[in-house]
Amino acid sequence: MHPWLRTLGSIPGAAVCLWLLAACSVAEPKADLVVINGPDPQTVDPALATGIEDLRVINGLFEGLTRYDPVTARPIPGLAERWEISRDGRVYTFHLRDKLIWSPGQPITAGDLVYSWLRVLDPRTAAEYAGQLYYVTNAQSFNNGRLKDPSLVGVHALDSRTVRVELNSPTAFFLDLCAFQTLAVVPRQVIEKQGDQWMRASPLPTSGPYLLDGWRLNYKIRLRKNPYYWDAANTRLDLIDFLSVSAPNTALNLYDTGQADVIWDLTNIPNELVDELKKRPDYHAFPYLGAYFFRFNTTQKPFDDSRVRRALALGLDKKRLVTQFLHAGERPADHLVPDGTAHYTPAAGLGYDPDQARHLLAQAGFPGGKGFPRFHYLFEGSGGGGRIHEQLGVEMQHAWEEQLGIHMELAQMEKKVFLAAQNHLDYDLSRSSWIGDYNDPNTFLELFRSDNGNNRTGWKNARYDSLMSQANLQTDPARRAALLQQAETILVREELPIVPIYFYAGFTYFNPARIQGIFPNILDVHPPNAIWKVERREAEGGATSAVHH
Amino acid sequence: MYFLKRTLFLLPLLLVISFLAFALVRAVPGGPFDRERKPASPEIERNLRAKYHLDQPLWQQYLRYLGGLLHGDFGPSLKYRNHSVGDIIAQGLPVSIALGTAAFCFALGAGIPLGFYTAARRGRWGSYAGSLLAVLAICVPSMVVGPILIMLLAIKLRWFPVALWGSPWHLVLPTLTLGLYFAGRIARLLHAGMLTTLHAEFITTARAKGLGETAVLLKHALPIAVLPVLSYSGPMLADLLTGSFIVENLFQIPGIGVFMVNSSLDRDYTMVVGLVLLYAALLLVLNLLVDFACAALDPRVKYE
Repeated sequence: MHPWLRTLGSIPGAAVCLWLLAACSVAEPKADLVVINGPDPQTVDPALATGIEDLRVINGLFEGLTRYDPVTARPIPGLAERWEISRDGRVYTFHLRDKLIWSPGQPITAGDLVYSWLRVLDPRTAAEYAGQLYYVTNAQSFNNGRLKDPSLVGVHALDSRTVRVELNSPTAFFLDLCAFQTLAVVPRQVIEKQGDQWMRASPLPTSGPYLLDGWRLNYKIRLRKNPYYWDAANTRLDLIDFLSVSAPNTALNLYDTGQADVIWDLTNIPNELVDELKKRPDYHAFPYLGAYFFRFNTTQKPFDDSRVRRALALGLDKKRLVTQFLHAGERPADHLVPDGTAHYTPAAGLGYDPDQARHLLAQAGFPGGKGFPRFHYLFEGSGGGGRIHEQLGVEMQHAWEEQLGIHMELAQMEKKVFLAAQNHLDYDLSRSSWIGDYNDPNTFLELFRSDNGNNRTGWKNARYDSLMSQANLQTDPARRAALLQQAETILVREELPIVPIYFYAGFTYFNPARIQGIFPNILDVHPPNAIWKVERREAEGGATSAVHH
Repeated sequence: MYFLKRTLFLLPLLLVISFLAFALVRAVPGGPFDRERKPASPEIERNLRAKYHLDQPLWQQYLRYLGGLLHGDFGPSLKYRNHSVGDIIAQGLPVSIALGTAAFCFALGAGIPLGFYTAARRGRWGSYAGSLLAVLAICVPSMVVGPILIMLLAIKLRWFPVALWGSPWHLVLPTLTLGLYFAGRIARLLHAGMLTTLHAEFITTARAKGLGETAVLLKHALPIAVLPVLSYSGPMLADLLTGSFIVENLFQIPGIGVFMVNSSLDRDYTMVVGLVLLYAALLLVLNLLVDFACAALDPRVKYE
């Protein structure tokens, strides 16, 4: 036979061998729950994590002084069973639970908590969210490198079970912060030995309800029940898989073929199918602590004039924008702090009034839009194959052209290029969004203080800054809420360096007849140890009744 | 001698490529730590840059990188801060290689017989049908082929899983999606190669000598006609082995194809340079092997 044919014949032979080789992958036990988490978590180190996909996994691995209530997302006792707050609101004394352990013979101590917080603040860790701890005395100086001695930072272990925290000023949301991923307790004994690669240690002790059983990048993170967790008795599922799925269609396919039990986050389902999926009982949408808005570059003419900014805000019919493009449960927004934020009544915004808009524009020197320069709206590509940023931009362009006679150009950019332009104030209008870190108006309103790095509008207002500072010194919640509302009024009614467009919707997709324990709270946090599967319960119930018969 | 020279050239060439990649990726606007939410103080950003030596001059950063390379250390990933570039490649490359090799075998296994058939049966309707198939395979992009295959074979017929990785069944649909285009290309290449070869003098001689048509086609024409396919196989294999973004994204396969695209978008400097080096090395080595094979197989080819 010709040598060539033999070579050709070996190809199907090789293919069969490969096929069999692929079969040699070790069969692992099936997980109790498979969750489609969305984008690939970049890290599960609490000190380094930034994204919500990271948080969802860390929520199961590491716990802090407080944790989130699965139903309301309010902070409830976590590793600390109780605490005292001083009268002036500046000193917190936390008492850790009895018998907390990493593993038998290794207790979780107050010293571990102090270590974890100081690690976040240590400049060598380069933690992006170190700012969450800046409310603690001397924390910022230590993080800046100005203070070299970490023992001067206001967090101390009074004994093995007591932690004392000193804050710069009363911080109404401090207990919420203690539940946040950055402030979770990490195993000092492993980190000191292994440095940056400590997450690869095996076994890896954790302070939360689950252990890290496997981590494959761009694929899956597997969690296994931690038997040493203080509340292990109430952890109902043994094995949970978090899948990183980037294509929304693939996510839905996996769910529909039974390979996934839960999908969370709207970006993980195909946008075009929302109207169809809404009809199913699996679909759950609820108010979320996130806002979509755009920024003005207030250092650039004519946007340095608040009348122009107010005119543009008044000329936009947000209800129409939302009903046209966003059917998943989003709500139009006239103010910045989302409805439902704890202990707060938001300020009243400007609403839709094209006549008033034209009047203001004329006052500012551009009657009928004459003489108004061409300007650009910057935005990045909308993730997940959608085009929402572009669609909304086109609507805005159309609305202002019609109502005000001014012309806007759209400028779509690649994400990092867009962020660089926004940082350098190299834009006229730019798209933005903000997801709150904790359930308090401050997480939104502090952004627009003159000195905040996330301001990115060039807007500086001394009255706003002073109201914010006063509010955060207040211990009386009602007085504080009133002051914050006054500040927000300046932001969304008088000055408008930003124009809110809509509030995001939280989203979970699961079958409530099979899965329980996932609740629609405003932070969209779902502690994995609260989730359970109904079928197991049914099986137990059936067995008992059989016995009784 | 020629091949010895080519082999020696590999290392300096890779060095130049590494420097170009290193410099270019840092020249692009936007950095690895630019996010929608900026850190609470400029010092945090400064700490970040200091930790990864991004505040040092370019040549210093590059020398440090080269020093790491000598130890086989490609550096930490700037996006996956608990992983090193080497870790990520070690996790993903075997998967991409498995998928790529399977697609390669499929492309050759389907493309060569198809191309041979359409050339042997030229002028008859069978040849036209075969050519149409080949052209369709080339023109329909994998973004379309993939979902169609999933819809038909995975969702409707339930023969295969819709996505993910782990068993031989998971291999089939991605292989088909990835390999179909290349099967079409190879079929067309072989078809063209056969038709050209059949006009050569030595074929006329073989026929004049009284050899049967099958023998002429298989023993004499095919080995020469298949050489363009061989040349194409080198770069094709390099492409396949480093993973396909579209297929890996669609089927959620943990290969390195996704990283090749995402690392640039995320400005993960170390990851980009590591992957560029990997791809360049693969491409250079495979091209070398292909040239060597061509020289060995075709008595007419001589390199000096």
